[in-house]
Amino acid sequence: MSSILIYLESHDGKLKSNAAEVATAGRKLATAQQKELVAVVIGEVATDELGNWGISRAIRLSGGNLADYSGDVWAAELAQLVSDQQADTVLMMASSQGRDLSPRLGALTGVTVIADVISLENQDGTTVGLRPVFANKAQVLVRPTGELAIFTLRPKAFTPEVVEAVATTVESRSAAALDALAIVRELAVAAGAKIDLTEADVIVSGGRGMGGSEKYDILEQLAEKLGGVVGASRAAVDAGWRPHSDQVGQTGKTVAPTLYIACGISGAIQHLAGMSSSRFIVAINKDPEAPIFKVADYGIVGNLFEVVPALNSAI
Amino acid sequence: MKAIVCMKQVPDTESRITINPEKTGVEQGDFSYIIGPYDEYAIEAALQLKEAAGEGEVVLLSVGDPSIKSTLQKGMAMGADRSVLIEVDSYNGDALTTARLLAAQLKTMEYDIIFFGKQAPDDNNAQVGPMVGQLLGLPTVTAIAALEVQEGKAVVEREVEGGREVYEVTLPALLTTEKGLNEPRYPSLKGIMQAKRKPVDLVSGEVAAATTEQLTWSYPPSRAEGKIVGEGTAAVPELVRLLKEEAKVL
Ligand SMILES: Cc1cc2nc3c(=O)[nH]c(=O)nc-3n(C[C@H](O)[C@H](O)[C@H](O)COP(=O)(O)OP(=O)(O)OC[C@H]3O[C@@H](n4cnc5c(N)ncnc54)[C@H](O)[C@@H]3O)c2cc1C
Ligand SMILES: Nc1ncnc2c1ncn2[C@@H]1O[C@H](COP(=O)(O)O)[C@@H](O)[C@H]1O
Repeated sequence: MSSILIYLESHDGKLKSNAAEVATAGRKLATAQQKELVAVVIGEVATDELGNWGISRAIRLSGGNLADYSGDVWAAELAQLVSDQQADTVLMMASSQGRDLSPRLGALTGVTVIADVISLENQDGTTVGLRPVFANKAQVLVRPTGELAIFTLRPKAFTPEVVEAVATTVESRSAAALDALAIVRELAVAAGAKIDLTEADVIVSGGRGMGGSEKYDILEQLAEKLGGVVGASRAAVDAGWRPHSDQVGQTGKTVAPTLYIACGISGAIQHLAGMSSSRFIVAINKDPEAPIFKVADYGIVGNLFEVVPALNSAI
Repeated sequence: MKAIVCMKQVPDTESRITINPEKTGVEQGDFSYIIGPYDEYAIEAALQLKEAAGEGEVVLLSVGDPSIKSTLQKGMAMGADRSVLIEVDSYNGDALTTARLLAAQLKTMEYDIIFFGKQAPDDNNAQVGPMVGQLLGLPTVTAIAALEVQEGKAVVEREVEGGREVYEVTLPALLTTEKGLNEPRYPSLKGIMQAKRKPVDLVSGEVAAATTEQLTWSYPPSRAEGKIVGEGTAAVPELVRLLKEEAKVL
């Protein structure tokens, strides 16, 4: 029987929150196609959550040269598992790690990754994926033509579902000691270790209308009240007000939070490319003609320096 | 310092995308083309290394049809010394196909470092760089936001969720570039004039069968027409109410 292999990311011995997204997508496919679902974790990772997502079998790979992340070594180990487990489908996140790891696995196994899909569908036992292209201006349904398909899932596009808990058998395997060509020497954790934009449920973004880095206080305050993080347009990043890692858009991050609040952002096509699949969009802009209002569920025309503080006191 | 930059020509990011009536792709007709935005960081990084070393060469490498020449010229106007164009026909842009074509050509070339953009904005694959790295067995780091090269080594950083990974790799190595690495230069008038005389060597490549097939193209569902809640601070209570009762996000 062929199987579906899902690779679950972890950090510091714990599964990342995005693991639930891959797990849910994997379980649904395995059920629809009557295939075995095999979860893979790398390192000494706690696996007690897996049962809640309906995963009954997991493989924990460790030892060898797996302690620190190395794209080439990890991909080689996964390629080995793909063949051992007779996997015909591999799922992982289109996160920084997944986007680094999956193409290497693709090259090793001889397939192009069907990358950054927003949905997966079972067509007579074959999995097809829908992927946004041209900066979300179009989307294309892609089908594998060979024996193996690797998909990466766009963060936040798959809603995690908890099911009736099952027991999980975890098999430990030790890896061969492969020499790494490139290995992480150090992991510098960002100051404040805030949630990454791609993982946030609420994003409060500020653009050129902010007028300076010190003005972001009011956005930080709003983000904190809503349990979210602050993002930015490219104009704000290029002005040096915010770090590059805060940029949302075509050359920044693609985000899909539940709530995106755009403050002093006009809504250029390259900005929309990164945030238009947010669930709810709020725009605060003094120009009623600003294109951001075309995609905003709720717009307020006005001076953000008055509206945002008022919003801060109202919630 | 010999650097090769793999560069893709892509439609201008402002372009309107029109899906063809057969829904098998997009209408190519009305695009104006640019160097992939991430590839510009790659070219800039290569130029800076050559300048710092005081000697060497920056070569652009691309897979496509001869129309790409004018985009390669833009890269040479920035300062790249020459270009190699792998000419192919009936090519659908499949990532592994591209990677194999590039890897085969790179095997015949000399380099200390190979740069790629992190991602092409049209196909949104972010695959070709790491695939080539794997095919050539080179130390490979993707989406780098900082780079320092010294004595046959490169120390690079890549941004990940919540932090930065630091790598040290020995050269030759392959790196893909992220925004923030540098500020790509604008071509000077002199650079534009010189680029016209810089060589573009044509080589031919064998296209292998793709492992994926595009079925149908569509437009993403459009968002419902938004509503203006009101003007100024007076609109705030109503916004809060909508967020609570309609959107249920508060
Ligand atoms: C290849 C390429 C890639 C790009 N990638 C990205 C990307 O990833 N992300 C991105 O964001 N952009 C990107 N851009 C840039 C994009 O085209 C726009 O230039 C940018 O998004 C504009 O940022 P902005 O909306 O903050 O600024 P502006 O367009 O200048 O808009 C500022 C807005 O603030 C409003 N405003 C001013 N003061 C106030 C106030 N006091 N109260 C309320 N409103 C106020 C104004 O009415 C205006 O609408 C890219 C461009 C190119 C060419
Ligand atoms: N046809 C091509 N010719 C040369 N380089 C390419 C080509 N396609 C992609 N690349 C390189 O690979 C990077 C990633 O592209 P992609 O995997 O298509 O997102 C690009 O930024 C380029 O550096």
